[in-house]
Amino acid sequence: MFFNSLLTNFAALEVGQHLYWQIGNIRLHGQVFLTSWILLGALLVFISLGTKKMENDPKGLQNLLEFLWDYIRDLARTQIGEKVYRDWMPFIGTLFLFVFVSNWGGALIPWRLIKLPSGELGAPTADINTTIALALLVSLSYFYAGLSNKGWRYFEYYVHPTPIMLPFKILEDFTKPLSLSFRLFGNILADELVVGVLVFLVPLILPIPVMFLGLFTSAIQALIFATLAAYYIGEAVEEHH
Amino acid sequence: MLAFNFFGATEGGLFDINATLPLMAIQVVALTYILNSLFFKPVGNIVEKREKFVSNNIIEAKNKLSEVKKLEADLLTQLQSARSEAQRIVSEAEDESDKLYKEALELANNEANASKEKARLEIESQTSAARDQLSKQADDLSELIVNRLILEK
Repeated sequence: MFFNSLLTNFAALEVGQHLYWQIGNIRLHGQVFLTSWILLGALLVFISLGTKKMENDPKGLQNLLEFLWDYIRDLARTQIGEKVYRDWMPFIGTLFLFVFVSNWGGALIPWRLIKLPSGELGAPTADINTTIALALLVSLSYFYAGLSNKGWRYFEYYVHPTPIMLPFKILEDFTKPLSLSFRLFGNILADELVVGVLVFLVPLILPIPVMFLGLFTSAIQALIFATLAAYYIGEAVEEHH
Repeated sequence: MLAFNFFGATEGGLFDINATLPLMAIQVVALTYILNSLFFKPVGNIVEKREKFVSNNIIEAKNKLSEVKKLEADLLTQLQSARSEAQRIVSEAEDESDKLYKEALELANNEANASKEKARLEIESQTSAARDQLSKQADDLSELIVNRLILEK
């Protein structure tokens, strides 16, 4: 109780406050959905504009989108391998774009100007629900990838190279989503908090380098998340001999 | 509802996990399908089409280059054979003309010799004819002188 009041009074930061939406019996964090819809809407508009009139000689936005596509393909291909990367490229690319857009959107748009009755708008990835959702999707994906590609032989992976690895590999299935979700959540939340505290304490100049650092971290986190997801999928479909 | 009330709040907190999680997961899956049909497929199609086009063109150009090199080599051998053929024809023609020249020269020599011989023979015959006539005239003259002398006596 003390901690909470300290944090809410100090720096006027609202940590752990949410805009609750009640739909029947379930409760949602409204601010997460609001920001994610705005950001994803912007992303979809951007992509529709870029792919509206595609030509063999790319111009303007199409160039940028093709560069992005190429970047995601390289990422998926190096981590997953030549054989099945095509099936997983949309998922990896969506993870990358979602995390990237959420992180940058949270850092670049002055959400604080929009007042909510409770909680405040910010990066959707600064909410633990979002990051756990993403991490669990990654877990499901690599299980599905392994099982659909290798059938029951997927479980050979757990005893590879020796059966001694079995407990560690089982433990890994829990640590992978845990580390994925908490890494992203922690980084983005910490960045928002640092910027928030600095803006409150020294509203001029000083927060700017930290904001740039935040943008850098945000981009890196998106890359890390997508790369790790691709790596886990690649690990699951890899053939041992 | 699973909620860790980390900051002591009765509701909310940093680790407040609720229905936001599955809904966000559904939203991301839906986004994957939307982006796949809106972005990954069309851009992938056009990029891969272009890559195929470029690689096809490179292969075609390489084929054409090798063909050109082959044709060049072909032409070179043809040129060489044509050159040697020309040389052969020229030397043959030279030999031929040499032969013809020699033949013509011989023929001309023979003809010249023949006409020289003929002229010599004619000269000889004319000389002898002239000599005969001269001796005949001399005879006539001597006879005439003799007659005169006899008559005067």
